[in-house]
Amino acid sequence: MKIKAVERKKEINKEWKIFGWLAGIFLVAYFLPLGNPKVTSAIYEAFRLLQWYAREHTLACVVPAMFIAGGIATFLSQASVMRYLGPKSNRFLAYTVASVSGCILAVCSCSVLPMFAGIYTMGAGLGPASAFLYSGPAINVMAIFLSARVLGFEIGLARAVLSIGFAFVIGLLMAAAFRRSEAKRNEIAMAMPEPPQSARSLWKTALFFAGMIFFLVFSDWYNTNDVTIALKDGRVITANIRYTTKDALDIQEYNNAQGKLVSDVHRINKADIVEIKPIPSFTMTVHHYKWPLAGVMGLAVLLMTWQWFSRDEIKEWMRSTWDFAKMIVPLLFGGVFITGFIGALIPEKYVASLVGGNSIFANFFASIIGAIWYFATLTEIPITETLMRLGMGKGPALALLLAGPALSVPSMLVIYKIIGFKKTAVFVALVVAFSTAAGLIFGAFIK
Amino acid sequence: MKKIEILGTGCPKCNTLTENVKKALQETNQTAEVVKITDIKDMIAKGVMFTPGLIIDGKIVSQGKTLNVERIKELIQGN
Repeated sequence: MKIKAVERKKEINKEWKIFGWLAGIFLVAYFLPLGNPKVTSAIYEAFRLLQWYAREHTLACVVPAMFIAGGIATFLSQASVMRYLGPKSNRFLAYTVASVSGCILAVCSCSVLPMFAGIYTMGAGLGPASAFLYSGPAINVMAIFLSARVLGFEIGLARAVLSIGFAFVIGLLMAAAFRRSEAKRNEIAMAMPEPPQSARSLWKTALFFAGMIFFLVFSDWYNTNDVTIALKDGRVITANIRYTTKDALDIQEYNNAQGKLVSDVHRINKADIVEIKPIPSFTMTVHHYKWPLAGVMGLAVLLMTWQWFSRDEIKEWMRSTWDFAKMIVPLLFGGVFITGFIGALIPEKYVASLVGGNSIFANFFASIIGAIWYFATLTEIPITETLMRLGMGKGPALALLLAGPALSVPSMLVIYKIIGFKKTAVFVALVVAFSTAAGLIFGAFIK
Repeated sequence: MKKIEILGTGCPKCNTLTENVKKALQETNQTAEVVKITDIKDMIAKGVMFTPGLIIDGKIVSQGKTLNVERIKELIQGN
């Protein structure tokens, strides 16, 4: 029987995969030059970065975001989103929905590509499909919150806003560039699944998601890290803490005359510090109360879950949350570990010479790397964080984030199979060009 | 013999669906030709755009959902 043969082959493949992992780990263990101080410090750095993620980003950000992603996958039907992307839908609405749908739909990039193909061949056509292809993998709740938390609020916000904007514009440009071939393409009738009857009214679902997202907003509230530091030698400086180690702080000082950050980061030992005080601001006031505020939201969500959702729905929600966890946690934490290890081995000067500052070359180079490289879900964030610590400018960092998740060589190959060489090339060129431009402008304003 | 097609690119959800289909077949003592379709172009040609998709005897019975064993049993027997 056919199924038997397929099964057998799959099982053999699985065993080979396990063997590959074991052999890989063996080779690393065998050849790892532990005597080399560079390697030893890289191992230390890998664990340190992992601990930083575990302590600072996991409970407040990754875990709640996974519950939200699971909830989105369970309670928002993909079919109801896709209705706006059908062949007869309003064009403007189709572009808008396609651009923001990345936030609404599941994060798994393997489900984005079939939907892209579907919108292209059976639905609204090349424009909205391109918008969807760009926004689908690039923006989702987890990526936005984690970037804001790890890389800084400005980058997180810029990433969210620009990803949606780019999706819209790139979609329109693609449709304009290929007007002719678009008109010729014959459409297959689209079999849209009927959206299932919703068990509760829309406002209840909306309120439920609002509660969860506000929980994340508060639990993840931005710490400005702007402080006044009183030193033992009597000096008082205002600075931004970039990085904290066990007994030292990496800070960027504020230039008192203009209130602007000085560009270079320097290290002070904790032993030399008398006192660190945060500079008061609205952001910091909220930051102080973030846990009570998040707690209220958490209780509200629990109450809504208990009142409005059936047991089966909750079970389904928990299951898809768990599916996300299984998919994302190994990738994210493995990615953080490897990034920490490799980051410690790359000389800073080398990174700074390629993507430091905010030159056109730096931004372009970052966009190209982002377009080619495959970033497993969310790992673009620790990678960018490490590169920034090694001297990558904020502009190129944004360029990398804008071009990165949307494109990679494997995804290009799939897209090429669906829409052909010319359209793929134009799409890639547009993404790279826009990311470079955005990086340049962002880097010029935000230091 | 029934023909059951499972459409998916290979993400965990699609694998779960395959497992569930096999369980459902075992529990109902039925045999069927089970085919996995992993090429996106083939999926689109069949009119499915949400993975995982399930086609029984040429008819799309579900897409974008990981059906549980009970539901699949109903679908197999209902056909």
